[in-house]
Amino acid sequence: MAVDYQFIISREDWSLHRKGEVDQHRHREKVREAIKKNLADIVSEESIILSDGRRVVKIPIRSLEQYRFRYDLRKQKHAGQGDGKSKVGDILGSDPVQGPGQGPGAGEEPGQDYYEADVTIDEIEQIVFEDLYLPNLDEKKNKKLASESVEFRDVRKYGIQSNIDRKRTILEVLKRNALRGKPGIHGITPEDLRYKTWEVVPKFESSAVVLAMMDTSGSMGPFEKYIARSFFFWMVRFLRTKYQNVEIVFLAHHTEAKEVTEEEFFTKGESGGTRCSSVYQLALDIIDSRYPKDDYNVYAFHFSDGDNLTSDNEKCIRLIDELLTKCSLVGYGEIEGPYYYTSTLNSYYKRITHSRFTSVTIRDKTGVYNALKAFFKKPEGGGMSG
Amino acid sequence: MTERVTDELRELEKAIPQMMEIARRYKLDFYPMRFEICPSEIIYTFGAYGMPTRYTHWSFGKSYHRMKTQYDYNLSRIYEMVVNSDPCYAFLLEGNTLIQNKMVAAHVLAHCDFFKNNMYFSHTNPQDIIESMAVAAERFRKYEMIHGQKKVEAFIDDVMSIQEHIEPHRFIKEKESSKTTGKKEGCCSDEKKVTPYDDLWDLEKKQCCHCGGGCEKKKSTKVPERPEKDLLLFIMKHARDLEEWQLDIISTLRDEMLYFWPQMQTKIMNEGWATYWHLRIMREMDLTEAEAIEFAKMHAGVITPSRNSINPYCLGLKMFEDIEKRWDKEYGEGAGREKIFEIREIDNDISFLRSYLTKELVEELDLYLYRKIGHDWKIVEKNWEKVRDHLVNSMTNCGFPVIVVEDGDYQKRGELYLRHIYEDKELDIKYLEKTLVHVQRLWNRPVHLETKIDKKTALFSFDGEKGSKKFP
Repeated sequence: MAVDYQFIISREDWSLHRKGEVDQHRHREKVREAIKKNLADIVSEESIILSDGRRVVKIPIRSLEQYRFRYDLRKQKHAGQGDGKSKVGDILGSDPVQGPGQGPGAGEEPGQDYYEADVTIDEIEQIVFEDLYLPNLDEKKNKKLASESVEFRDVRKYGIQSNIDRKRTILEVLKRNALRGKPGIHGITPEDLRYKTWEVVPKFESSAVVLAMMDTSGSMGPFEKYIARSFFFWMVRFLRTKYQNVEIVFLAHHTEAKEVTEEEFFTKGESGGTRCSSVYQLALDIIDSRYPKDDYNVYAFHFSDGDNLTSDNEKCIRLIDELLTKCSLVGYGEIEGPYYYTSTLNSYYKRITHSRFTSVTIRDKTGVYNALKAFFKKPEGGGMSG
Repeated sequence: MTERVTDELRELEKAIPQMMEIARRYKLDFYPMRFEICPSEIIYTFGAYGMPTRYTHWSFGKSYHRMKTQYDYNLSRIYEMVVNSDPCYAFLLEGNTLIQNKMVAAHVLAHCDFFKNNMYFSHTNPQDIIESMAVAAERFRKYEMIHGQKKVEAFIDDVMSIQEHIEPHRFIKEKESSKTTGKKEGCCSDEKKVTPYDDLWDLEKKQCCHCGGGCEKKKSTKVPERPEKDLLLFIMKHARDLEEWQLDIISTLRDEMLYFWPQMQTKIMNEGWATYWHLRIMREMDLTEAEAIEFAKMHAGVITPSRNSINPYCLGLKMFEDIEKRWDKEYGEGAGREKIFEIREIDNDISFLRSYLTKELVEELDLYLYRKIGHDWKIVEKNWEKVRDHLVNSMTNCGFPVIVVEDGDYQKRGELYLRHIYEDKELDIKYLEKTLVHVQRLWNRPVHLETKIDKKTALFSFDGEKGSKKFP
């Protein structure tokens, strides 16, 4: 072997080299920030609402692209190589009618104008729910045990090894040695040992019930239903994640109202005319028979396209007033579809001035998150229990 | 380390000097080699950063994640990563089979030969690039500690948005005229002639009024005097509110881009050259039948053409082989080899394709152009000259649009006026608008970019709050 062929083969321990991972972590953080900034879009993202329990969804995130001056790739020619038989006119691939980045060479090629991130639904929920609260939650007589938690709040001389309180033990050693005139940490005796001990702390939470009311009449088109269901999808998840003692009652109505199961609520469509008062009356009946005011915080949310029987509107206002005497909050969401009616329910509700009545108008998908924020606003000055 | 792995390493240790011997006999000329065997995460880290010791940035984390995911799902695999450095570092993927490692070693020897001998690399600093990138990364970390991660990161975001806008083909030498000799700034100052050719420069002083330099009619004070392609350099010199650490970041990113530029300029040649040589070196190695088959499969994988893009390994290899054959035929055995060595020294992808991509080869390789028509991506061109010209054209300025600084004091308000040198290719407008936001943050005053949309001049502006588009 000649000497001048200088080479070395080596194999080092790379286990501490974590640069890629560290920057990947920062990238995840940026993804979280971007999700936060785009919540309004993401909340109404179909891939999430229709995720059917899939835990990871792809969501489009703007602002995580690295922008630079570049050519418009969709207006350029590109070069490729065939198998020897290609001819002018051959089609290499087709883009779907909507949605970017599906062309040949997807990924870095034509027109991808946002970055698609794999995100778990848990992660999105965490971010969405961060700023949502059940407002006006009062302490009620009928508190339910929400959880038991373990708290270390005592130090004792006896206990199990794994609960040794090192700091206190060392302090004991120091104290004893100092008293003997030989300061320092040495000679730990069994008397010095201190143990942490825990207590089981029960937590109580006020009970709440949420009445989810949805218009399923014929005038509610696919868009309106999608919006209403998106809202309730997040509402249900939010309530179940953040509060342990919330019951949800699902009410669907057209000219008549009935209580339905959660599954029916989210899947079934109905038809016919609309009489919103029917659902309010049903809500009142349910509250009176099952959820006494002293025991429950009651919330009522109603979504509709606002297209109601004109003769019914006055009655609706009267019933809303009555609901307000029993509820911590009454929310009304009106979805303004492609057909715009001047005389909608909401224009009647403008007369309601009660502080616990909130109404929102939703014109596009981004309205879903705004509705969530409007209804589940952080209570001012706290006052939450549980 | 398992016994098999240790055995294979020992085998590789024996094989490498043999391959070097063969390579030397073929007159390949490379730096001393350092082969490092690394786990996949490390290779992908280096792949994502382009370097083992680069500064920290979330975008590297993003590409690292992408590369690693592709590897984990077995979608793609890089076998090696080689760094233009002296000594030359080649990182081999742990878990490569022996034969894979042999092929990779042969391949990187040729890459290293290319780095060392191609003239476009002559201004890179292979002796200390690894060290200087590590030192820069350390400085950036310090800036993060002083100014906070977010602030430094956001600034790097801004600089990265225009990092390709440099002028690699120019030695940066301050033109003295405007600064030091500018005591007399009149249009026809009688500076002392230093060389017999100085009067040639005076031809530019068109409107001399024989004032001897004392007149009010000052020489144009426009900055820059001529359109300036090096945006990073211009901003470093003329942006008014940048702090020392920010200038350092711009200058570091610019230096790194200068270092990477030749690699972008010679992608087809460099990969073609390495592929050409791994084929020849491996043919001379004593391979068992099984090894020969495995190697043939791997090689075929490397040069598989793509319908949607040009595979540089394939095109480069075929071109070198074609040139060798043609020259041998015309000037006798051996002339072809000599020719390709000459090409590896003096050409870049543009001149390589322009001079040596023939009609026969375009047809043999079945190269074509395609574009989007309606919702379809359709083949629209098979004429060999059109294909060749398109390839050459698309490599101009490494495929980046040319943007120049037209005026650094636009409307006498300190605004920055950029112009896209329009060559029948429109810019991506969405990207343009977003990039202007970054440029504005660097310049800290309103910025403008002139380009063309549907052949009409369009002026995009961003003033720090809102953007606008005009057709002046």
